[in-house]
Amino acid sequence: MNYVPHTDRDRSEMLAQIGVSSVDELFSDIPREVRLERDLRLPKPVSEYELARHMAALAGKNTTADDLVSFLGAGAYDHFVPSVVRHIVSRSEFYTAYTPYQAEISQGMLQAIFEYQTLMCELTAMDVSNASLYDGATAVAEAAAMACRQTRRQQVVVSAAVHPEYRATLKTYARNLGIEVAEAGIRDGATDFEELEQLTSGATACVILQNPNFLGSVEAMGAAAEIAHRSGALFVACVDPISLGILAPPGEYGADIAVGEGQGLGSPMSFGGPYLGFLTCRQELIRNMPGRVAGETHDSQGRRGYILTLQAREQHIRRERATSNICSNEALSALAAAVYLSWLGKDGIREVADLCLQKAHYAFDRITAIPGFRPASSAPFFKEFAVRMPVPLEQASAVLLRSNMLGGLALGRFYRDLGDAMLIAVTEKRTKDEIDSLCRALEGLA
Amino acid sequence: MTMPLIFERSEAGRKAYSLPECDVPRKDVAELLPDWAVRKSAAALPEVSEVDLVRHYTKLSQRNHGVDVGFYPLGSCTMKYNPKVNEDAAALPGFTSLHPYQPEELVQGALELMYELGRYLCEIGGMDEATLQPAAGAHGELTGLMIIKAYHESRGDGAKRTKVIVPDSAHGTNPASAAFCGYKVVEVKSDARGGVDLDSLRAAMSDEVAALMLTNPNTLGLFDENIVEIAKIVHDAGGLLYYDGANMNAIMGIARPGDMGFDVLHFNLHKTFSTPHGGGGPGSGPVAVKKALAPFLPVPVVEKKDGKFVLDYDRPHSIGKVKAFYGNFNVMVKAYAYIRALGAKGLREASENAVLNANYLMRKLAPYYHLPYDRYCKHEFVLSAAYQLAAGVHTADIAKMLLDYGFHAPTVYFPLIVKEAIMVEPTETESKDTLDAFVSAMIEIAQLAEKDPEALHSAPHKMVVGRLDDVTAARRPVLRWRPREQANAK
Repeated sequence: MNYVPHTDRDRSEMLAQIGVSSVDELFSDIPREVRLERDLRLPKPVSEYELARHMAALAGKNTTADDLVSFLGAGAYDHFVPSVVRHIVSRSEFYTAYTPYQAEISQGMLQAIFEYQTLMCELTAMDVSNASLYDGATAVAEAAAMACRQTRRQQVVVSAAVHPEYRATLKTYARNLGIEVAEAGIRDGATDFEELEQLTSGATACVILQNPNFLGSVEAMGAAAEIAHRSGALFVACVDPISLGILAPPGEYGADIAVGEGQGLGSPMSFGGPYLGFLTCRQELIRNMPGRVAGETHDSQGRRGYILTLQAREQHIRRERATSNICSNEALSALAAAVYLSWLGKDGIREVADLCLQKAHYAFDRITAIPGFRPASSAPFFKEFAVRMPVPLEQASAVLLRSNMLGGLALGRFYRDLGDAMLIAVTEKRTKDEIDSLCRALEGLA
Repeated sequence: MTMPLIFERSEAGRKAYSLPECDVPRKDVAELLPDWAVRKSAAALPEVSEVDLVRHYTKLSQRNHGVDVGFYPLGSCTMKYNPKVNEDAAALPGFTSLHPYQPEELVQGALELMYELGRYLCEIGGMDEATLQPAAGAHGELTGLMIIKAYHESRGDGAKRTKVIVPDSAHGTNPASAAFCGYKVVEVKSDARGGVDLDSLRAAMSDEVAALMLTNPNTLGLFDENIVEIAKIVHDAGGLLYYDGANMNAIMGIARPGDMGFDVLHFNLHKTFSTPHGGGGPGSGPVAVKKALAPFLPVPVVEKKDGKFVLDYDRPHSIGKVKAFYGNFNVMVKAYAYIRALGAKGLREASENAVLNANYLMRKLAPYYHLPYDRYCKHEFVLSAAYQLAAGVHTADIAKMLLDYGFHAPTVYFPLIVKEAIMVEPTETESKDTLDAFVSAMIEIAQLAEKDPEALHSAPHKMVVGRLDDVTAARRPVLRWRPREQANAK
């Protein structure tokens, strides 16, 4: 298979038109010494049927989160994706398009992005949104770089309660950009604000907190924003968009930049990607914002239309002086988020957040009532919480798996002092029966 | 007629959603969360019915051009056909419903796919080890440069090597990625044949140079015949060669960057390997390196140990992470399926036919449009509107007029070294009939430029909107919708 439509006759006519006798001649400018004089060593080609079978067999070697009852979260969440989302993002007019460089023939995607930007502004209560970034981790790194450009400072303070992989990504970016990263520790499951205050100074470009943080705890974001602003630093809030149906949005507590992972907004977990990095900010910061952005304009007859705008910030115009190197983003995931949020609407976003909140608290109450199972923090939480367990976590996970349950993340992987704690996520998909089964399995361990 | 926004279709009380009932004893939110943590004013998300929602986005899709709708000769973007079987494979729950932190023994199929894909890419690129973590081409560039930096640092050479050389014909992401990696960008000129000017390169080369970033074939669609000499100049001065894989579709199975002397390369799975571009993303930008650079790859790397596939985090020299988890896995599934369907023979044929199509189009169009570099091209070629400029017709006018013929426009005003550039990449999946129809349209436009330039200045005429005012959009940015009363208050 090669998906090439040419017949032999087409090919010979085309070669004659070019004035060569074979395709090989068209490659005569490639020096002999760098030509590959053998076939690539790859598995032999297969027919569509064989391919479909092979792919199904590979997929079949995995046990999915659907085969099990999942309480695993930690940055990728098992939220319900309604059918409309899959059907809309499967419209090939959308998914087989490139970035909408020619606006007039790409109005569908541009309007959808404009709607996405509006939805994200509403959700985060911020002024402006970009068209998307790669994921939550890179969105945190981009926000830090943006804050450094804006403040002309080269140090950022991040809470140790921000997702470990986001911090790792931030550090990789920062090291190469000459940005210093200081990390404020954790006390009782939330950011240690004394330490946060000590680390934040007139040299700090931004303070970064996650809400709810990686351990599930709701942070005192308003107080953190004040600490940042007292030093003239920006406050970056990394948030779970689903939580914003109930939790205070970044715009209500003085955040300057809001970022986060939008996977929960209509994208499947897909073993870690593609996801959706989002970034919204205050109006004053737009010229330093990274990434593409769609804007409203009009044609000569006054008809409304949409176009990629503020491109003077971007790599293809500004080259080495661009605000970021990003080109391709996650447009289709942004479209999924727009459809998902429009499906939920004003009441639905609150309802889904409330379901997560209620079910997670029911699970928390039941689990921490089991002798030996203790909460790892007294902080308020949303849909995820950490529990210290009286048995080795490997044993707990294995027992749960035998009952067809996917336990939460063993936190010892990222936090040495939480070696006995499991991070349990409860989305709107979990039922009371499933939570009760989890508790029964854990009771068996106590 | 103005297309309403989803917000303008909203009617209080309508709903599309249905969610499970709360089957646990419900508590008041005030019992569960402190007041300061709770949202004060609701997010004004639209309230629509499901049918209205579906019709709205279906209408939007009909206002969008994709490869499935028609020809999309966008240069350097390799808009080839995206096979449907790959979409079906990627939609299997065995791939979509996997949590990235599931135990390794539950995701052996996913890890096997990633491991094999990495090996295939190394073979295609002539490299030794790969990471699939970068989410897009530019992300791959950044990752590759970070690896280069870590390599120089490991040799005590990092502080000195502060520069990255980029040709003046390079993609904008090259200098932007270098700067985002903390490097100073040095530009070298192109020579009369469109390749890197060797004297300019020699003059720029020193022990302060970390790497040269190059696309080969370059953005003019021309293979740089001096590649061996270029590699020698860079390596002799202790620098490394970075290959921008955006143009890989020209050479699969014919020549390999690794054999040309490149040390690091990124692939664009959403170009060369037929994964759809999603209207702007997701892409996927795996990076492959020569052995000496392998210790610096991001963690984790998928390894095979005792017949099992594992995620190896124990790589002390790694640059760390460039993204959460392991990359755009679902995109990888499609690229893997593509490589398995085509095999060595199919990939080579894809490149051969991509080059055949480009040369055919170039020859047919050369009498009507200025061809600044007249030699065999590879997968794409660059014209200029120099002839039409005499009548006051610009590249933008030609591009907008093409839309009326049902074609997406080529890449325009790029590369920067060609004035009024028109960069055409037909790809291998387009038939001769389609190419001929495109040629006819381009000839008619060239004739129109002489007879009626005004018609071109006002193009497009048949789209849902006319030519949009980009100047006003940038000067007075309107980046979100607001309800009329709020918009008026502003």
